[in-house]
Amino acid sequence: MFKKDISPGSKSKVKSSVQRAIRNQLVTTYPLLAPHIDEIIPKKEQLDAMKIPDRVTLYLIGPTPLFYQHMTDALLPHLRLVHRFPTCFPSIRIDRGAIRFVLSGATLMAPGLTSTGGRLPNGDAEEKGAYGEHGRKDGEEKGKEGWYGGRELEKGEPVVVCAEGKEEACAVGILSMGTKEVKEKGKGPVVEEGHYLGDGLWRLVTE
Amino acid sequence: MADTEVEHALPSEPQSRHVVYCGACSLPPEYCEFGGIVKKCQDWLQKNHPEMYDRLWSEDALAAATSTLSLDAQKRAEKDAHKKALKAEALEQKHLQQIAESKVTIKRVERNKRKFVTTVTGLEAFGLENKKVAKDLGKKFATGASVTKVPSGGEEIVVQGDVSEEIEEFLLEKYKVIPEDNIELVEDKKKKGAGAGG
Repeated sequence: MFKKDISPGSKSKVKSSVQRAIRNQLVTTYPLLAPHIDEIIPKKEQLDAMKIPDRVTLYLIGPTPLFYQHMTDALLPHLRLVHRFPTCFPSIRIDRGAIRFVLSGATLMAPGLTSTGGRLPNGDAEEKGAYGEHGRKDGEEKGKEGWYGGRELEKGEPVVVCAEGKEEACAVGILSMGTKEVKEKGKGPVVEEGHYLGDGLWRLVTE
Repeated sequence: MADTEVEHALPSEPQSRHVVYCGACSLPPEYCEFGGIVKKCQDWLQKNHPEMYDRLWSEDALAAATSTLSLDAQKRAEKDAHKKALKAEALEQKHLQQIAESKVTIKRVERNKRKFVTTVTGLEAFGLENKKVAKDLGKKFATGASVTKVPSGGEEIVVQGDVSEEIEEFLLEKYKVIPEDNIELVEDKKKKGAGAGG
């Protein structure tokens, strides 16, 4: 979506009522974010909206980008925010071989997730925990499994893409195939048109 | 440095993590290998975060990173990375050359006998935005400054008043990317004694 460089547009202030609505929307979309919402969007802080091409709106506080939204789709976190709160977003993990494709803006395909290096939710809807809790930092070498969610994610849900052997997330996008289907089929596109490290949105200078 | 993440310093419990970003390619350092300018990234990291450099670029880490891939895939990845690096280098070269070649022209144009405007062209080549520079110039000299299209294509900044020399100074001081030799002053009419505009 942001393969090309984006030139910063003008910022406009977000109405406080809209700001409230965004907060609520965030908490419902990302329940794990609820404890941190006051840190991300402090009540008194003025939220800014910046219009960028392709009908995307970027929300920021001061110079810090927080979320972006395509028309009225789900709010997706900017990667810098994901890096600050890595455990608060539903995540999946890709294997090493897929990283370079994702970082050059390719669609994320299922084999990158189903191979040994990839991680998907385990399908146990009861399980609760923080995403990537074990394993992402140092667990892999010690043989511990990184935890990548219990509940299967549905088509259309926002998801953060982490990478094998890396601490930080490398992409954000919307699933175009439920994670259950990914496991069953094992091929086809999974996340199309996302925001990835080093793309236009990432490089956008927000001052 | 562009490596700092703004941290919300809430007195109570700042829970956000502080992430270091590479000063060369702006990615988190562990992704530098995919950035295309690996050499620069390494230098930067070694200088600024030696402990992280040791961790990320140690023999062990590299071995672990490549062991998971099949030989074939490794080769392809390497080839790809090499290509990317070359591309990035070529791009940079081109950019440098462009900078060396292009000129900023500051021109004094007579408007009406004793009245002048100053036009500035060629700033785009240095990665500056006309609109922003125009705003800055307007602020600095307290005059009107606008961006207009030139019939021959492209854009120019028109500043009211004869401020050519001041503009030169200002540009040199504020935008260090422009070498002094690349600024050219042109006077349209050899009319002397026109007071510095205002």
